[in-house]
This record gives sequence, structure tokens and C-alpha cells, in this order.
Amino acid sequence: MSYLDKATLKVVGTRPIRPDGVDKVTGRANFGADMVMPGMLWGRIKRSPHAHARILGIDTAKALAHPGVKAVITRADFPDITPERAHIGTAPHNLRDLSRNCMAGGKVLYEGHAVAAVAATSPAIAEEALDLIEVKYEVLPYVMDVEAAMADGAPVLHDDIFTAGVEPKPAKPSNVAKMVRFAKGDVEAGFKEADLIVERRYTTQPVHQGYIEPHACLVSVGADGQTTIFSSSQGQFMVRSYTARICGGEIADIRAIPAEIGGGFGGKTIIYLEPLAYMLSKKSGRPVKMVMSREEVFRATGPTSGAVVEVKIGAKKDGHITAAQSILKYQAGAFPGSPVQQGCICGMAVYDFPNSLTVGYDVLSNRPKVAAYRAPGAPIGSFGVESCIDELAHALKIDPLKMREINGAKDGGKSTHGVTWNNIGYQKTLEAARAHEHLKTKLGPNQGRGIASGYWHNAGGESSASCHVNEDGTITVTEGHPDIGGSRASMAMMVAEVLGVPFENVRPVVGDTTAIGFSASTGGSRVTFAGGMAVTQAAEKVVEELKKRAAVIWDISPEAVEWKDGKAHPAGPNAGSFEPLDLPAIAAKSGRTGGPISAEVQINAQGQGPGFTTHICDVEVDRETGHVKVLRYTAIQDVGRAIHPSYVEGQMQGGVTQGIGWALSEEYIYDKEGRLENPGFLDYRMPVASDLPMIDTVMVEVPNPRHPFGARGVGEVPLVPPMAAVANAIFDATGVRLRDLPMSPPKLRAAFDAEQPKLAAE
Amino acid sequence: MSKHHVTTTINGEPMEFLCEAQQTMLDVLRDELHLTGSKEGCGSGDCGACTIILDGKLVCSCLMLGVEAEGRKVTTVEGIAMGDTLHPVQQKFLEHAALQCGFCTPGFIVAAKALLDENKNPTEEETRYWLAGNLCRCTGYDKIIRAVLDAAAVMRGEASA
Amino acid sequence: MPRVSYTAPATVDEAVKALASAAGLTKVLSGGTDLLVQLKSGRVKPDLIVDMKHIPGLIGIREEGGFFVIGAATPGVMISANEKLEHAFPGVVEGVDLIGSTQIQGRASIAGNLCNGSPAADSVPPVIAARGTAIVAGPKGRREVPVEAIVTGPGRTSLEKGEFVVEFRLPKPKPRQAGAYLRFIPRTEMDIAVVGVAVDVTLDAGGTCTDARVVLGAVAPTQLIVEEAAKALIGHKLDAETLAKLDAAAQKACKPITDKRGTIEYRTKIAGVLARRAAAIAFERAAARA
Repeated sequence: MSYLDKATLKVVGTRPIRPDGVDKVTGRANFGADMVMPGMLWGRIKRSPHAHARILGIDTAKALAHPGVKAVITRADFPDITPERAHIGTAPHNLRDLSRNCMAGGKVLYEGHAVAAVAATSPAIAEEALDLIEVKYEVLPYVMDVEAAMADGAPVLHDDIFTAGVEPKPAKPSNVAKMVRFAKGDVEAGFKEADLIVERRYTTQPVHQGYIEPHACLVSVGADGQTTIFSSSQGQFMVRSYTARICGGEIADIRAIPAEIGGGFGGKTIIYLEPLAYMLSKKSGRPVKMVMSREEVFRATGPTSGAVVEVKIGAKKDGHITAAQSILKYQAGAFPGSPVQQGCICGMAVYDFPNSLTVGYDVLSNRPKVAAYRAPGAPIGSFGVESCIDELAHALKIDPLKMREINGAKDGGKSTHGVTWNNIGYQKTLEAARAHEHLKTKLGPNQGRGIASGYWHNAGGESSASCHVNEDGTITVTEGHPDIGGSRASMAMMVAEVLGVPFENVRPVVGDTTAIGFSASTGGSRVTFAGGMAVTQAAEKVVEELKKRAAVIWDISPEAVEWKDGKAHPAGPNAGSFEPLDLPAIAAKSGRTGGPISAEVQINAQGQGPGFTTHICDVEVDRETGHVKVLRYTAIQDVGRAIHPSYVEGQMQGGVTQGIGWALSEEYIYDKEGRLENPGFLDYRMPVASDLPMIDTVMVEVPNPRHPFGARGVGEVPLVPPMAAVANAIFDATGVRLRDLPMSPPKLRAAFDAEQPKLAAE
Repeated sequence: MSKHHVTTTINGEPMEFLCEAQQTMLDVLRDELHLTGSKEGCGSGDCGACTIILDGKLVCSCLMLGVEAEGRKVTTVEGIAMGDTLHPVQQKFLEHAALQCGFCTPGFIVAAKALLDENKNPTEEETRYWLAGNLCRCTGYDKIIRAVLDAAAVMRGEASA
Repeated sequence: MPRVSYTAPATVDEAVKALASAAGLTKVLSGGTDLLVQLKSGRVKPDLIVDMKHIPGLIGIREEGGFFVIGAATPGVMISANEKLEHAFPGVVEGVDLIGSTQIQGRASIAGNLCNGSPAADSVPPVIAARGTAIVAGPKGRREVPVEAIVTGPGRTSLEKGEFVVEFRLPKPKPRQAGAYLRFIPRTEMDIAVVGVAVDVTLDAGGTCTDARVVLGAVAPTQLIVEEAAKALIGHKLDAETLAKLDAAAQKACKPITDKRGTIEYRTKIAGVLARRAAAIAFERAAARA
């Protein structure tokens, strides 16, 4: 069935209170660190003080002998994973790398890399035990900067990595793990046709997802290997299978229970603690709780890449772009896997370039292994492209919005990575921006306005869901996706819509790995799309079953029953013959009409619709201090269909805020020994409430017909444009163009001072 | 090392606990008293997820030793609702969707309640600065500020609950 | 956190005894907003913590003749709420008020802010600018010390074993005397000062400065009293030429470092900017008083 006609919807599109809300405002909800088990021990990790070093030996004897210590583990406790066994199913991560990231073997590859762990009867004792573990290192030269890591003579992190994507296969190992390339048409010819070419270089620093909840888990391994894991993650099925593979156990022996999760943004789509807690629990015979400190989160969990982005765009005087080219070099950290490919694709995807080329390099360096961060790779690529488009627009004296209207992606257009657009909403976001009152408001002295756009392809994938009619006619919907943004409310809304019952009658549950079928992780903006598809199909199956039961009760043919407004109605020749039956009435008789009324659905959702967005940002700049104040921000996004509008707005506002932090104040700062100097919220500066204005949102709806309700993923694309929007606004306010993130006050002040002689000369 | 015996009042109830000197009030609340509503986000007073009210003043429980609770009055997020009646701040957070993951929410609820106890009609700017010590990574603060201002209106009798 | 012992003396004498007789490293606990952070990070590993908050007078604000007296452990929120104090010392109160968040304000004290010895402490420049003194208790009795003599370097004070600050005395302002404190931080809140400047001026009836103190924070190992900056103000109104001289004097006095919070060049320039802006506020406040 299709529910694309908004006018017929009764629940979807409204703003009910989320079912897990009361628990969260009263402190009752259980997050990863909130559970206890009898006999529980506390786990702590010993970490490398060096950015790059060989481990010559680890002596754990004194630690093990310390009163209160029940287990100590090192790499030796973990099975080796061969390259052949490095992947599980369709999961994206290399488990061999992940295992060596969780616990270093042979070499430590970044400051903070785990080398050993202990479990003890109190946190204080566990910390004392860490000091008693003796590790001998041979310190090696390290490399941090992405271009330095690519250069000949750089210290090589892995001697078994040869650049993939290059023909012929290189003979020497390299820090360049992979090269990717996408091309359309002929860029050289395209540049020749241009009246003006702008070629620029943009740089960014690593930034962390910044979830307020540090990683936490509680793991209990029985003597027979039966295991319970309680942890906050973006995927309990991922936790289960990755822990099993890394620790050498069977997937079926592990029950992974999803705690409420205090933010993920992609950073919790992998694991760090669960395998360590598993081994400690196995060795000690007791449950082990492990919670990271904020310092550990910064030193040892993936930020996203820092990068170099070189962009070259050529256009005719009238604004039509003839060719565009980007070269992206992304830091992967200690193991391969930066999101450079997405950066290449997404930066370009906003525009229908007649000729384009994008090349990306995935580069290793002695930093923590990067993890996904909200539209991974795309914000960096777009910072380059959207800034360059703005520079080109100004050079041609064409309005930046018009530049995008001329060249922006349209239905029927073809992207650099080979997709032909169908049913996309990018132009509608530009129309909405053009019409918005924000563009009409006047700016004062030292104020400026910037525009930037963004794209994210969103994901589909595997989801399972079950829908049960309870004995009293209420509904339980079980799905497998941790709720990081309010999605379980949307699941219940879609089910309520299908069944025709009030939202309050449907209770959504995020099930553990034994309660529901396999579901891929929460991420890629896929839950409302794929999970929503699964719950909708499960609810539709239940409706079919309810009709059959009504037919049995009435002793008529099931084809002669229709479901309307939450009730079974006799139809056709029997219309009017019987009183309609609601859910409680049918449920009361379920035992006599065939048994429990339930449906479970497993899908591999296809047909996800991409998301496009356009942002408008106003800033005010203090020219003496370089301080930038964001005065006003409007985010305009094609959301397909807003199932629960408040939570869609929330995704937009949250992504914008992360982008403002990335633009102005967030960065990793390293000292001369390759050690992180700002592993805390004091000096890793995320926006606070007083830094921001209200953030206005406009939800454009171009429904995705491949989803029953027309939903598109919405959560990630809001992070794609803000850095360029802010940079473009700063340029508009001051005439100064910044190309290095973050655009912190000292950089602005230095840029103004550099301009002074020019101004004085004029 | 022997433990300290502390007598205190938490959410209006007399309580006693044993703790080591180095255990913070947050450690005691979570690990000894099983009041896990207060969260540790940073352990260094920079995120406000551990916010409590101590003798009427807003403080970070991670920056206070458990022993310092002796003879004092403590309010945690668990003490904000009155039985099953939510405080207007809690109710408005729900209505405005002022939470996404919910981890920072207890700290915000306690901080917002303390603001409205002291200032019945805060401006948007006053509210933002009061709450600057509470980090949220999910919401961008917009709906949080709206919820607090709406709760203030309800408490002044100018809006419906 | 590593294990530690704790005691809460009930009198000044008990406190002195506890500090003087302790065997290992001892730390004074006021608000704890610096100490607990350092305990957790392992930067400081004391054997004993001495909590001063139970001693009568350590928390509280009173007037004594020509002085305001602020108990060493008085939290910021109490200081900001005291209208008389704020009227007399707007610069001190705004400096204290800038320390951290609302939550930090519930605990942080001037003594803690001072004795932690951070060059970037926000309450210290305005207290020095206001000619504040510290009353120090110790084994040899009490002594009164200008606040600028307490901090000797980053993380170091001139306090001897057994000594601690009991209270601060601020001389009541003369007619047409007022102070101001500004700091620069990258965000709008929650950051450690990149530069801090306190200016305290006394004006005559015509608006000409007759006395001044300019104190810089976060641009040297300790707070700097910049005599040349004061000289630029004394005898002048705050005209463009005076402002330029003030800016130059502030910049010249800077001895900053480059660290994760700011570079030498940037801090130096901003010291000049803030000196001008703080002076403007101080002059305006002073002129508004009879």
C-alpha cells in the first residue's frame, strides 16, 4: 500500500510525545554505563604514550598480583584474524584491523592505542593495577600530516599495505592505502572552454563526533561461553558479530542488548570496549563493566579525517560551469578506511558538471583510526567545492544562489559518479531559499551572508521488524535499530497509521539480538527509511491477518472484509451486515480464530532517496579580535516526508550546530611528540548554547515513491554545508577568504592584518 | 583505607552512604546509591551532564567529593518530578522535542529548573548563558531554549501547561 | 581517581595544624573546581585534602570599616549576588562571574582561582587592579599580603607549608573610582582566557584620570601590573591618543607563550585591544559615580 498522499494521513506528520520521553526527562532511562550485575568488576585500559612504537615486551605479573585484580589481558589473549576472515557478511569493517585497533599487537600506531587491560573490584584498584603493568617500547619515527605521510621517506605504518586502486600494483608498501577516481566527460577539454578558472586549496583538521556519552559496556561471559553484552552502540547486531569474531566466539552464543545511546553520529558504528570486556570477563569468570573517560574518547576513538582538498572549477562568463576537478587527501589514521570516496562523490554530486574528475587518497598516519561522522567524508569534500563555487561566483560577479540554480543537480542530470537523478529535490531547496525572508533582511556593518548546499545519498539495507497484537488489542512493534534521534516514535507512528489506531496504542521496542531478526546498524540515515519500511510491511501483514480473523468471526470470505479506521468492516455483499470489529474485539477472540496475531518481516531495503539541502548563514565579525558570531541560520532540506516533523527539524538543527563548531572552533591539537593536547571539552571546543541563535528550518517535501510514506533519510545531510556557508558569510562580511578550518579568531585576525597593507595602498 | 560515613539529604529523603575520600559525588550517586540519572560526560566540569542542586546552588557533581555532601541538601534529576507529575520543564522538553538521545537531558532539566526558581522571566540570552555549562551535541539547543522559555511562561501562569 | 585522605577542620588553627603536620603532599580544598580536575587527570597526586569550607568566615562577605572582606572559599554565585559588592567592585565581580559555567560558579572561589596559579585566572587581574590583599594564616600566625605577591609562577605560590588564604580585603573605592575586566575567549563561554585585562581608574570631577592600575592576565607566567599603561592614563582623559598609548603599553608588556589557546602574536595584539575596551568601560563607570 502507498501512503504518499499527505491529506489522508492522521498520525504521520503530527508531533506526538515520544514513547521513551518520560524515562529520559526523569533520568530513568538506562544508558550504557547505567547497568550493574552481581559480582561486577571494573575494567580499565593501559594505553600507549607514544605515537608510533614497537612493543618489545609487556610484563603483567605485578598487576595480576595486586590485591583486587582478577584478570589482565594483552594482545596474546586474542585470536589472530587472517585476511580471509576479516569480513562478516555485508558489514563494512575489516575485523582484522578492528581487532588490532582494540588491542595493539606488535606495534602501537597512535598515542592512546590500547596495549593491555585489567579487571578489578574497584575503579581505583584497576587504575593502580595499570601503573603496575610494565611495557617496553622501541619508539619509532611518526607521521601526522597527510601530505607528509604520502611523501617518499615517510615512516610507513603497515608493511603489508600496498596502494589499492593503482595499476600496476605497487611494489613497495605505502601509507596511501587506496586511491579512488570518478570521471565524467573530458575535464581538460572542459577547462579549455572556460572563460574563468578558479583553482584553490582547502585544508581541514580532524574533528570528533563529540557525543556526550563516552563508550560504555557491561559484559558477562559464562563458563560455557554464553554471553550477555549490555552496551550503547549504533547496532547491537554489529556488537554481537564483531565481538564474536574478534574474540573467537560463536555469534549465537552472544546476546547483545542495546542500551539507550547518548549520541553516536557514526562514532558508535564500531566497537572498542566490548571485546576487551569479554576477554576480561571470560578470564575472571565475572561480569566486567568498562566505561571510557572523556580523555580516552578523544585519544583513542575515531574522529573523522583531517584533509587536503584541491578544487579547480572553470566556467563561462554567464555562470555555466564547463569543468570541475577535485583532489582529496584524507587521513585514515592508523588503519585504512577514511571516507575519502564519499568525499569525492558527494562534493561533486550537488552539480550537473558537463565534465568532471574527482580523485581521492586514503592515507594512513599515526592518529586514532577514523570512524564515521555524519555523512562521512561529504562535509569535507563540500567545504572545498562549495567554497570554490562561491569564489567563482564572486569572481564572475554572479549571485551565489544563481550559480547553483544554473548548475545544480536536476532530474535527468548525471552525477560525476555515474548516477542519473530521478525525483530529487535540490532545485526545490534553491527555490525555497530564493523565496525565503532570510535573504531579504538587511545586514549591518561587519556582517555578511553565505550560502552553501549539500548532498548525501542515504542508505537502505537490512532491517527486521515484528508487529504483535496483544491480548487487549494494543500493539507491540519490535525493531532492531538503536534509537539515537527519536526514531522509535516514527516507527510507532507509521504502524499506527497503517493500523488506523491512535499513536498511544502502539508501543515500539528496540529489541536485542535474540528478540528480532538481523538489522543493520543505525546510521546512513537509514532507520526511518529501511526500518520504517519493515515496520510498515509487518503492520500490513497484521492487517491482512486481522481481516482473516474478522472473516472467521463473521463466517464470511476474507476477501469480503476491509480494514478502515482501525476496524474490520464487512464489505461487498455483506456490507452493513455486521458491526465493525476493532482490535480489542478481534484480539479477545484470537485464541479461537487461529492463535496469536503477529507478523515478522525481514527486508533488504532498496530505493533510498538521496537528500539535498541548501543553507543560509549570517555572521558578524569583530575585526580586531577575529571573533565570529553566527547571527542567523536557515537550513532548507528536502526531507521526502517528515514522519515526525519535530525530530526532522531536530536533525537539521543538530547537524548545523556540529557544522558551526567544525567551521569555527573544533580541531585536534597535537604536540611535537604526536600527543593530543586537547583531549577534553575544555579545549576541544564544541558550540555551547550562548554561541548560537535559534536555527530556522524549512522542510521541503519531495516524497520518495520507493518508501511507503515517501520518507528520505534526513539525519546526515545537515552537516554537509555549514562550514562553507560560514566561510562564505565571513567572506561576504570582510572580503577575506579563509580556506583552512577551523576559522578561529587568530586566523581571522592574521588574515585581516595581512590585508591591511593592501587596503592602505588603495 | 577506611571509608567515610556520610549523612545527607537527597531529593528530600535522609540518606546515608559509605564512600572512599576520592569518590566524587557523581560516583556516589551512580555507584553507591544507584541514582543513575546524573551522567558522566567528561568528568571535568565542562559538560554539565552531572548537574545537581546543592543547597540551592547549581553544581557539577563530578567536581564535588562524596564526603562533601555531609549535612547538605542535594537534588538530582530523580527529584524534579513530583511523583508521577512532571515538572513544567520536563513536560515542555517532551512537547518541544527538546531531546534526541536524551543523555544531556537530566543535566539540562536540573539546570533549567534552577534557572526558573531564580528568574521567573528569563530572556532568551539569559537562558542561553545560564545553560552554557550544559553541552548538547544532538539538538543545537534551539528546542531546548524554546522549551525552557515555554515552561517559564507556564509557571508564570501565562501559558497552558 | 587515585586514593587520598580527607579532613574538614572546624577552625583556622585546626586547618593550620593539619597542613603543617601532614607528611606527604597536601592540597587545600575550596570549591574544588580546579583541584578535582587535576586529581582525575593525575596531574596532582596529594596524600591529604584539607577542606576549608567548614571554618566560620571562610564563606561569606562582610564590610569592615573601609574594606569589603570576602571569605576565601566564598563561591562565585554568592559574590555575584551581592549588590553592594558589585556596585563597589564591578570589575572584580565580572571577573569572578566569568569563571566557568553556572555550575562552576556554584563552587569556584577567589582563593582557589588565585592559588591554583594559572596565569589565565579570571578573578585575579581585577582583584589586583582593585589593590586587594590576602590574609594568610599559618604556623607563624596571620599576615597580610598584596594579592599580586601570592602567585610566583604557573601553578606556584609564595605560601609556605602550613599556610592558606583565609580571606581577601578590598579597599572600598574612592569617589569616581571603578574597575572593569574583559577577557577574550574563542567561544562565548566555557573557555580559559586567551587574554584578560583589568583596568581600575580614579577620575577627577572633570573626567581626567588621577590614578590607575592596568593588570594583564594570560600573557605572562603571572599576572602583570603594567606601570607604563597606568602612566598612559594618569593625567589624561580617554582620548584617541591615550588609547593608542595604552594599547602600545599593554602590548609591550606582554610576555606570552604560544600554546593550544593562543599564539604569542595573537595574544599580544588582543592585549592591546582589550586594554582599550576595558579602559573605556572603567572610565564610563567611574564618571557615572559621584
